[in-house]
Amino acid sequence: MSQILQLFIWIPLIGFLVSLFIPGKRESLIAWIAMATTGIQFSGLVAFVLYWLFNKQVALDIKHFVFFKSEDIEIFIDFYFDKITVVFSLVGSLLTFLVAIFSKYYMHREEGFKRFFNTKLLFFFGYNLIIFSGNFETLFIGWEFLGISSFLLITFFRDRYLPVKNGLKVISVYRLSDICLILAMWMSHHLWHENILFSKLNDVNLVAEHLKLHYGYGVFIACMIFLAAAVKSAQLPFSSWLPRAMEGPTTSSSIFYGSLSVHLGVFVLLRTYPYWESLIIIKALLIFTGIFTALIATSIAKVQSSVKVQIAYASIAQIGFMFVEIALGFHMLALLHFTGNAFLRTYQLLVSPSVLSYLTHDQFFNYEPSKQTGSNRGLQKIKNTFYILAIKEWNLDFLLKRILWNPFKQAGNKLQFISGKIVLLIIIAIYISGLFCNLYQYTIPVYLFNILPFFFSFAGLILIIKAFAERGDALWAWCCIVAGQLYITLSITLLNENFGPNHVILYLSGSVASAIVGFICLVKIKAIDTNIQLNQFHGYTYEHPKTGLVFLLACLGLIGLPFTPTFIGIDLLFSHIHKHQELLIISTSLSFVFLELSILRIYARVFLGQHKKAYHAMAYRSS
Amino acid sequence: MKKNATMHMATDIQKKSDPGHSVPDVQDKRFNKMDPDSSFDEKKVLHLLKHHLPSQTPLKDFIHHNTLHAFQHMKFYDAIFKASKMFGYQVTLELSDYRKLYHTGRIRKEILERIIIQKKGAVALKLWNNNLLIQDYDECVTPLVGRLRSDWKSRYKLDLDSLVQPLLFRILCSYLDQGISIWNFPLDKDGFLASLKQLERNSFVGFFKTPRAKQLLLNDHCEITQLLKILVGNEAYYEQYLFDQQFSHQGWSGIVATIEEFPQSLHDRKNISLKDLIIFELLLEIDALDFHLGKNWEPLCNGINSSPVDLFTDILKTELHEVFNIWQEAFEWSYYDEVLAGIAFEKGKKKQEVTNKSFQAMFCIDERECSIRRHLEFSDPECETFGTPGFFGVEFYFQPENGKFYDKLCPAPVTPKYLIKEFETKDKRKHELLYTKLSHTFIMGFLISISLGFWSAVRLIQNIFKPKMSPAISNAFAHMGKDSQLTVENKNTEDMEKGLQIGFTLEEMTVRVEALLRNIGLIKDFAPLIYIVAHGSSSANNPHHGAHDCGACSGRPGSVNAKVMAIMANHQKVRALLRERGIHIPDETQFAGALHDTAADEIEFYNEQLFSSVNIEKHKKSVLAFENALDLNAKERSRRFASINTKNNIKKVRQDIKSRSVSLFEPRPELGHGTNTLCIVGGRNLTKGLFLDRRAFLNSYNYKTDLDGALLTGIMKPLGPVCGGISLEYYFSRMDNHKLGAGTKLPHHVMGLIGVANSCDGDLRPGLPLQMIEVHDPVRLLIIVEHFPEVVLNTIQAVPEMYEWFINEWVHLVVLNPETNEFNYFKDGTFTKYIPLTRDFNIMKDLNALLETAQEMETNYIVDATRENLPVYALK
Repeated sequence: MSQILQLFIWIPLIGFLVSLFIPGKRESLIAWIAMATTGIQFSGLVAFVLYWLFNKQVALDIKHFVFFKSEDIEIFIDFYFDKITVVFSLVGSLLTFLVAIFSKYYMHREEGFKRFFNTKLLFFFGYNLIIFSGNFETLFIGWEFLGISSFLLITFFRDRYLPVKNGLKVISVYRLSDICLILAMWMSHHLWHENILFSKLNDVNLVAEHLKLHYGYGVFIACMIFLAAAVKSAQLPFSSWLPRAMEGPTTSSSIFYGSLSVHLGVFVLLRTYPYWESLIIIKALLIFTGIFTALIATSIAKVQSSVKVQIAYASIAQIGFMFVEIALGFHMLALLHFTGNAFLRTYQLLVSPSVLSYLTHDQFFNYEPSKQTGSNRGLQKIKNTFYILAIKEWNLDFLLKRILWNPFKQAGNKLQFISGKIVLLIIIAIYISGLFCNLYQYTIPVYLFNILPFFFSFAGLILIIKAFAERGDALWAWCCIVAGQLYITLSITLLNENFGPNHVILYLSGSVASAIVGFICLVKIKAIDTNIQLNQFHGYTYEHPKTGLVFLLACLGLIGLPFTPTFIGIDLLFSHIHKHQELLIISTSLSFVFLELSILRIYARVFLGQHKKAYHAMAYRSS
Repeated sequence: MKKNATMHMATDIQKKSDPGHSVPDVQDKRFNKMDPDSSFDEKKVLHLLKHHLPSQTPLKDFIHHNTLHAFQHMKFYDAIFKASKMFGYQVTLELSDYRKLYHTGRIRKEILERIIIQKKGAVALKLWNNNLLIQDYDECVTPLVGRLRSDWKSRYKLDLDSLVQPLLFRILCSYLDQGISIWNFPLDKDGFLASLKQLERNSFVGFFKTPRAKQLLLNDHCEITQLLKILVGNEAYYEQYLFDQQFSHQGWSGIVATIEEFPQSLHDRKNISLKDLIIFELLLEIDALDFHLGKNWEPLCNGINSSPVDLFTDILKTELHEVFNIWQEAFEWSYYDEVLAGIAFEKGKKKQEVTNKSFQAMFCIDERECSIRRHLEFSDPECETFGTPGFFGVEFYFQPENGKFYDKLCPAPVTPKYLIKEFETKDKRKHELLYTKLSHTFIMGFLISISLGFWSAVRLIQNIFKPKMSPAISNAFAHMGKDSQLTVENKNTEDMEKGLQIGFTLEEMTVRVEALLRNIGLIKDFAPLIYIVAHGSSSANNPHHGAHDCGACSGRPGSVNAKVMAIMANHQKVRALLRERGIHIPDETQFAGALHDTAADEIEFYNEQLFSSVNIEKHKKSVLAFENALDLNAKERSRRFASINTKNNIKKVRQDIKSRSVSLFEPRPELGHGTNTLCIVGGRNLTKGLFLDRRAFLNSYNYKTDLDGALLTGIMKPLGPVCGGISLEYYFSRMDNHKLGAGTKLPHHVMGLIGVANSCDGDLRPGLPLQMIEVHDPVRLLIIVEHFPEVVLNTIQAVPEMYEWFINEWVHLVVLNPETNEFNYFKDGTFTKYIPLTRDFNIMKDLNALLETAQEMETNYIVDATRENLPVYALK
């Protein structure tokens, strides 16, 4: 019976792949594919769930597709099915199905009609992968697809400034949750010496014994899971990305940020609950964050004068509530709450344009002039303080930017001296010497050899951060990123003799090809326009949409999205870092954060935003 | 591809040295400088800003107007190219678009050549053909506005807009909010700045991050000049800086300027001025600079030697401008020429006068009613139809029962002195549970999401599979209770409310009925039933619904006007007074109001209960004709809708049209004025046999009853602001949907119930959304008047603001001489003869076949989109 589970991944994937090849002008065919995919998925699920409900309701678990296997590591896809899966998958399929029908009419004649449905199906695939995942690896693949489809839908109106800016903003926060998951995975690899299955977490004794042995590391894993969930569900202090993600068509905003995507934090917490159930500190953290978020987000929702933002914050507050429910163990309530909230917010967002006539009408008949409140000055002062804070979203957006990103931007700016031919030669020279070190490692003193991995990893980080803050030529930034990638690979190779050539090849196979394709695309644009500086948006998708698409694929390949072997490489790469190498893990994971951000930034700056040539109608920067 | 153009033939557009600015009254004494030594005149600059900012009111009232109204004192082409240079607007199609239109045949060769010859002479035909079709030009326009303020970024690497705008917009929107927020902005009666001061003074935190800006705000003498001194330094640049700043978010600035001028445009009035906004924005800028740069910055224009950019400087007329000018004219006349040929053809036909009329029906001049009139005449050949502005000559405020406010029901420029109150309404207003704001609070939000949340899934499924009317959908028929009573007659002029007289006196009623009848030439041969059919539009999930309602009723359904007019015209004493004035309405004739929902294609009749028993029977017959006409109308409209198969059974098509108007997922419940291009003032005999594809405003007028043109002034005066305003709003929203239109509807956020924005941190988007302008061919309105040219000339010259529309070519004017049947085109103050080039004229045999086979546009790109618009046909 568990063999059937894979169908619920295959259906969306096939739908997505078929949809890719339909010409953009065949609107109804594209829409039909999306409707059929989600419709079949939903009815299949209903049948499956009914069967499951009347047959013992045991949790199902099945292992599929082993990507990679060596003596100490095995990477594979695994599916799992229990009541949490039931609720999340039913709600997800039903809503995606309904919104697909809605969008068929709503999106009619929109320039990006096909893009919209393709991205939506990609999202649907990612969502199901997460919901059905039986281990962290599977979950992570879905997580990555979800992140990238989010980015693509936020920047759906790619010729305007704000969607692109906010798309980058959201993906940078999302990246935090990705890296938290990677770290959780990394640590659990080392602790369990295997790819832990969610089903095994249900084994109370196993988990208890494990936590007794490695309490500190266990707390670390739980913290990382908690952080990943908090970011994805827009809890404090990460809330401000959610309203800014509402840049795409209303339908995608409603399904992503009103319901499904934003509740994934809830899902991850429910899924991993058996693991951190006994960790009081995590529970306390969860309850505290939940209550705090609910209160603050409600205050922000109350002062909002924009409908969609108001709904976003109201939804965040309810999710905070759900966090508390989960921590306290009221899981049925949490599932009920999730379902109701997802339906309610989706509906409210879909009808948000109606609010103008509804409330104006309401005002026409029920208006009461606001009374000057005669409350005392002190109370008013407190009220005013809260009002101002709520209007400023409690400075969350500002703080996040200032604390999280600005230090790296500033560091990157200080690194701007890294440019020019000589520096390039030095980078190459160092790299070659690194390769020699690798070959003749027995001749190098041990103490030196031990710091070499960190040295190269750090050099890679520097190159990537430089690219992240680059304001000059896009090609140069691209080269820095590629060089950074190579440095990181080298650092890990140096570290561990087990990291054989086949690991390296796996890791580099995808990224080298992507690097070359991306390079060619940029050279092509540069041949048209000598200035592709990263200090402005160029909007080349307007003139060269195909090059834009190819470059996007190259970017995704270089990032290591799971359609090239690189992503297995990433997983392997992390597994070679030992748990006591704190510096190396910090440096490598930071590199992975900024790798994606700087790559997408190049894509955004060169291909998205306002087109620089004003011979056609163009939006204002403020829209 | 776009290489630099050789800009030869550059000539000054305006040779005479107009002292610069486009607003004539800036030299007015009112703008005395505050400080005689200062080169910066604050009042003048504020006035100029308000004049050039978009003037769209909050969205609950959508009043169409010329988007470039600030340039209306100039000739059309001079104006648009100047506006383009100043603000970077796209004001024509791209050159490549015109060329494609030419190659697809939409722009006709013979028309293009005729225009080149007219403008450049036959000798230059080859040269200009080459310029138009082959020559490369650099079409990039770098606007003058925004140049100075961009120096902040180049000098300090600081993106001031990103730092200031999100917070500024949020505070502004919260202040102006009409009812979205649950916790309202703590207001101070003295206005925006006073409220901010009050907040800053009395709280533990503030909007500013640094002390200086806060101090400046709290200082009682915080003035624009003082702040500009800090930011800009050099007075010569103040004006340029303010224009750069305000035009970086013209949507918000525009709404503030509009609310300042018309505080009544908000129900919950807010005291705000553009000056307040500027002061606060300057303060936020100082704050951002202080915060990010500390002391390491100096005023932007310290040490700059070049003189500031004069935004209002005359622009050079380039060859490219002339190329655009010729292309646009050719685009316009390729269609007009067909229309004129059609009218000539129609005029030449001999017609039988209908003697025994079954009923008469007056409709709004709106081009959407053009087709229903045709279908009605087809359904009942004995009937007669008329067109007149849809407020039917009665101007008043309307207060629905229990309403806290008044709705204005007449054209926007008119200020009525009358109030009509509704009472004894039976329709009760319903609520929509899922719209409750309580769901956004903490505890109630929890309870609602675990209970009503599931109900919302049911509602969503219902909405998708079986859409139906609900309280959240704006329903044209809900504007007035069907059987409610109205205070139409005023028996005591002391009967006033808030300075408005309740109802009309007998004399006032008579004057209005007489004017209406005389204007449309209906002064004899009255049928037993005369319908006054207003129109409105129902639509779901549509913040722009006001733009679909009746323009002559300030963007509202005209049902009350129709009902009021019918009551007046049925009044026995009014009839008696009319007889004294030479209009004899037979006693058996009865008037009835009605409302046509242009989105749902439904109709509702009023005053039916008063019909005599004979008329009840006749009414039953006419209802059948109306229903049949609505079926046909629905079918005709359905050809443009992808979701409806025109070939289906006609009743099914009608049902689909109705569902469409209540579907939440349908961003095009109807297409509004998208098709408008023509305005025909004259008898129905000019157009009765023509298929004009719903593109003509039809204003009934009989020159024979008005030989000296006494009535014509009243008829033609509103054509510019109303029909011309609609046409130009569509023109500019079509040409530049990004800067002059609202862009696609799909991402719109509703902001404070006053407007829409693309993003929570974004600017308001005035103008029309993409979904409304796709079908529009961006051409100016062609007004065709049937009368003698000299009479028309006298008429338009009599009122300067009316003349401006014609002499400056914001609309085209052709006069059809009723005796010679010649067309006379108005240009540069005189009439010249126009002979249509169209020879072989399309005759339509089967309208249904045409509608069923007509192609729908493949994309909304103009070259594809225009193919959906059908040519002129003569009906068989």
